[in-house]
Amino acid sequence: MSREILLGDEAVGLGAIHAGISGVYAYPGTPSTEIFEFVERKAKKKNDIHAFWSTNEKVAYEEALGMSWAGKRALIVMKHVGLNVAADAFMNSALTGTNGGMVLAVADDPGMHSSQNEQDSRYFAQFALIPCFEPKNQQESYDVMHEAFELSEELALPVMVRLVTRLAHSRAGVETREQRPQNLLRPSKEIKKWTLLPSNARVQYSHLTDIQPTLLQLAEDSVHNELELRGKLGVLTCGIAENYLRENLEKDHDFSILSIRQYPIPAEKVRKFVEHVDELLILEDGYPLMENSVRGLFGLVGAKVRGRMTGELPRTGELTPDLVREALGLPKLETAHDLSGEIARRPPALCKGCPHTDSFRALNEALNIFDDPQVFSDIGCYTLAALPPLEAVHSCVAMGASIGMAAGAAHAGYLPAVAAIGDSTFSHGGITPMLSAVQQNVNLNVLILDNDTVGMTGTQRSMSTGATLDKIVHGTGIDPEHIRIIEPLPKNHEVNVKIMREELAYEGTSVIIARRACIEAIKR
Amino acid sequence: MEKNIILAGVGGQGILSIAYVIDNAALDAGFNFRQAEVHGMAQRGGAVQSNLRYSDGELHSDIIPQGLCDLIVAVEPLEVMRYWHYLRPDGWVVTSVTPYVNIPDYPEMEGLLAELSTLPNMVMVDTGRLAKAAGNLRSQNMVIVGAASNRLNFTEDQLLKHVDGLFARKGEKIVAVNRRAFSLGRQTGAFYRGLVDGGMSALNALKLSTKLNPESLAVKHAPTWVEALDGDEAKLTAVLEHDGEVNADAASAFG
Ligand code: SF4
Repeated sequence: MSREILLGDEAVGLGAIHAGISGVYAYPGTPSTEIFEFVERKAKKKNDIHAFWSTNEKVAYEEALGMSWAGKRALIVMKHVGLNVAADAFMNSALTGTNGGMVLAVADDPGMHSSQNEQDSRYFAQFALIPCFEPKNQQESYDVMHEAFELSEELALPVMVRLVTRLAHSRAGVETREQRPQNLLRPSKEIKKWTLLPSNARVQYSHLTDIQPTLLQLAEDSVHNELELRGKLGVLTCGIAENYLRENLEKDHDFSILSIRQYPIPAEKVRKFVEHVDELLILEDGYPLMENSVRGLFGLVGAKVRGRMTGELPRTGELTPDLVREALGLPKLETAHDLSGEIARRPPALCKGCPHTDSFRALNEALNIFDDPQVFSDIGCYTLAALPPLEAVHSCVAMGASIGMAAGAAHAGYLPAVAAIGDSTFSHGGITPMLSAVQQNVNLNVLILDNDTVGMTGTQRSMSTGATLDKIVHGTGIDPEHIRIIEPLPKNHEVNVKIMREELAYEGTSVIIARRACIEAIKR
Repeated sequence: MEKNIILAGVGGQGILSIAYVIDNAALDAGFNFRQAEVHGMAQRGGAVQSNLRYSDGELHSDIIPQGLCDLIVAVEPLEVMRYWHYLRPDGWVVTSVTPYVNIPDYPEMEGLLAELSTLPNMVMVDTGRLAKAAGNLRSQNMVIVGAASNRLNFTEDQLLKHVDGLFARKGEKIVAVNRRAFSLGRQTGAFYRGLVDGGMSALNALKLSTKLNPESLAVKHAPTWVEALDGDEAKLTAVLEHDGEVNADAASAFG
């Protein structure tokens, strides 16, 4: 046994390696990226784990499902919004079930440190009727990976492990164990379960609902769901929220505590707890899933339930020990200084010399012949161009959404319809809306910012850059005369503006590829 | 023993390297520790912090509660203010006074330093100057670990071991630069505190410790300066305006 310093993300990665995975599948996304990167780094030496970024989360999920079908263990990694992309495969994999163990580690981002929303993936686990672990610290993150894979093979179901940013990006010492050997190739022979024709799917769905009592019993008996009955004031915590509670408690406190880290919700344990207490505070870092379940539609007879829905805690945002302290009714601790006055904000910005800056300076100028032009954009470093001084883009919704939205605006008669998207985001979710636009010859200008990498998440490999990107764009059937390649550099500013203006004047779909490598990627 | 530290700075200034050194020293010492950091969007030149806690007892939260922070270590002076409401009443601040100006409304320096110096338990060092003296402007983060090292629960060697580990990959020269940065920070920080503890005002202590030859600074010289200058602004001005380098052992020449 050894003790290592690991991020929560890395603990998940190492736990999966030690549980004997043969493949890790992911698309980069904060706060989940470091899970894949850790496994990739470790696997490089022995080269016995397949670790190659996937084009998007759905692809990652399906590749993992294939590996599971073949009898081996696979880890899938994504951020919460990535699961929306993978949802089709995810939901149906609960019906097909698995062969080799398959675990989905999904990192949610309460507080939206680096995301468009703070959706809570526990709903997805509930929705798909699969088990979910919600570890409270780095050690448990490591430990549950073994359990999750065992459970997945025992039940032949995918298992979710839900992390939140704070745990994903926080380090602690973790005790590790011996590595379990990988599974041998043992492809599934159960053809019917993998072929979800309605007649088979009905059988599979019945099976899934039939085994729900087993899942529930596992959660009731789980060591991760700990009930500690003391006084009449109760606190129910989920995942890392327990830490914020304990941080504020004295050793001889009189609270009854139920800490939940394995789902489905262990109803019997919750009932026992609720019957014991008069008043109940619910702490969860995410949506009020537990709170609403416990309260039910008409409230709970006998006990008062407090939490995010009743104002003791804010409805949105990340949980903190300070918010928990306030909710517990404890006095504020004294501090050396107040948070007084306005402190100059220091928002993130594009790096000095970033190619995007030159691309958007040119685009801003090219568009200044229009009255208040709006540019549909996407997700990446270039989203920062929404902020001053550039203020060049005006939307950011979902991976690849820039092209679809610009096309829709064009259908409505909006001119000029411009979409700005990075090379990796294009491969993730931009190719299909692009194909759709070209086939209809929508009057649309797509600016692909090809910086040869996934910049925002730390310069991972991009799937469609350089010659590959050009071929994909050509392959959509677009008029080759309206594929223009520019080099975004200050010295090319005039030429680039001219090219953009020409394509803006063209009535049909055009693509401008602004090609220059991310300077962070070059540094590596 | 429990120590709660907020590391503050701007994305790209090497906060995580500071954390690496302290985390590893804490691991060696057998302490429990937790260290929350910022990844993703904010790393692009935004304000970043890391909450670092170590203890010989149990630790729960990854985030330090307001009023329980023992020490703010800042690679940039403005960033102290973003977190000083976490500091406990008797908490300490060890900060660089070298500004990182990447925003249009960066406050004017004199007022900023005056405001910072209202905190009694303060150590201010010019990391830019010391890092340059060490041989690389990028070593400011190690200067500030050095300056903070007197407030941590580790020996100099316990920390330096991990400064070595951190930079080994980049070659001996870089290791040497960062070691030098660490010890210049450590000496300068201790000298500064010596001046303040002897009764000199924070701003004057900063001016004097920034004027003297960094290689010559040692805490033992602090009392001789306090005595020689004797609270006399004119004497301090004479030192500050002296042409050429002044060594730390030259206090008597200005008395
Ligand atoms: S990481 Fe690369 S793409 Fe992102 S802002 Fe910096 S230079 Fe631009």
